[in-house]
Amino acid sequence: MTSLLMIVLTAALINNVVLNQFLGLCSFLGVSRQTETAASLGGAVIFVITIASGVANLLYTFVLSPLGLDYLQTIVFILVIAALVQVVEMFLKKSAPALHKALGIYLPLITTNCAVLGVALTNVTNSYGFFESILAGFGTAAGYTLAIVLLAGVRERVDDNENIPKAFQGAPIVLLIAALMAIAFSGFANLNV
Amino acid sequence: MNKYTERIRNGVITENPTFIMMLGMCPTFAVTTSAVNGFGMGVSTLVVLMLSNWLISLVRKQIPDQVRLPAYIVIVASLVTVVQLLIQAYIPFLYDALGIYIPLIVVNCIILGRAEAYASKNPPVLSIFDGLGMGLGFTLALTLIGLVRELLGSGTAFGFQVMPGFYQPIGIIVKAPGAFLILALVIAFMNSAKIQTKANDKVEGCDGCCATCAQAKGCTSSEKKEGVNV
Repeated sequence: MTSLLMIVLTAALINNVVLNQFLGLCSFLGVSRQTETAASLGGAVIFVITIASGVANLLYTFVLSPLGLDYLQTIVFILVIAALVQVVEMFLKKSAPALHKALGIYLPLITTNCAVLGVALTNVTNSYGFFESILAGFGTAAGYTLAIVLLAGVRERVDDNENIPKAFQGAPIVLLIAALMAIAFSGFANLNV
Repeated sequence: MNKYTERIRNGVITENPTFIMMLGMCPTFAVTTSAVNGFGMGVSTLVVLMLSNWLISLVRKQIPDQVRLPAYIVIVASLVTVVQLLIQAYIPFLYDALGIYIPLIVVNCIILGRAEAYASKNPPVLSIFDGLGMGLGFTLALTLIGLVRELLGSGTAFGFQVMPGFYQPIGIIVKAPGAFLILALVIAFMNSAKIQTKANDKVEGCDGCCATCAQAKGCTSSEKKEGVNV
């Protein structure tokens, strides 16, 4: 039990996917203007990464590994993720239109978000089982959501500030905020569960 | 200047993927803890980029428009796997240092971006030179950033001690926050240079996001929808 909790906490806080591993940076920097949209994107990411980790793990354990095709993992995973996002989108459109509307445009964006592929590959490297993979996926995505919502919260107050020097407006100030957040998150490295 | 050298100049200077286009930010942040790592990542990407541009340009008339992105992804993923296995076999220390970021070259949007924007519309040899130029620009940028971070953070350059003995290395520069910090300063520096030369009020920036870049560049509607991301 403790080890499972540890997997979630490690993935979410200690090895935070954006602030420590630098995965999914584009949407982290690009879609963090408002907390609401950031939270919707976070929801979509949690949804997709959790499912993708499970599916990737099943594929690896029952198809790739027994056939000795481990080296095809990158190709298979990226195709599965792309297909999965499409399926999830169609499924949501049919069964949960409200949720689909909320996540809407963010779902296709996630296909090539490197965090999804990154988690799937890391799970294989750590030789996680099915449940561990799903938990690691969920933890990673939760960490992503936490980081992007926090960044959006700060940006809502900072973005239109006229006092920021011209050269630092736009991307640089956002990166500086992210740097301070990364320093804060590095405090979790000493976390002992 | 002939059109081949023009492609290389374009990749290294005019449309430098890191400093001007701000593409492929994930590896830029993650592997630039030292100049050697940055260089290794840059060269790996360069090889994949040249080959993928060449292959995609060769088959550009055979691939139906609707399935071109999945087709590009399969081509790029196959090349990346080959490069990954080669690095693992012949340069093991680089393989350990770059780790998961080698397979993640697949989702580096410089590669899909060049496939979509250049290789799918131009002949093979020109596309190879385009890949070479972009790859060189990327390698140069990663090596430079890696060098700066290594100098400040460890006091070394390419693994050799260069800073004087009394220099106390700033450890945080080679850790995660340092990546954000250095990139912020680099882009701010570029911005200030741009402001001085053009006296532009509005600073152009695309937040390092391929989707926004692609939209700003006026790509095809399908690419907007797919959102070629890092």
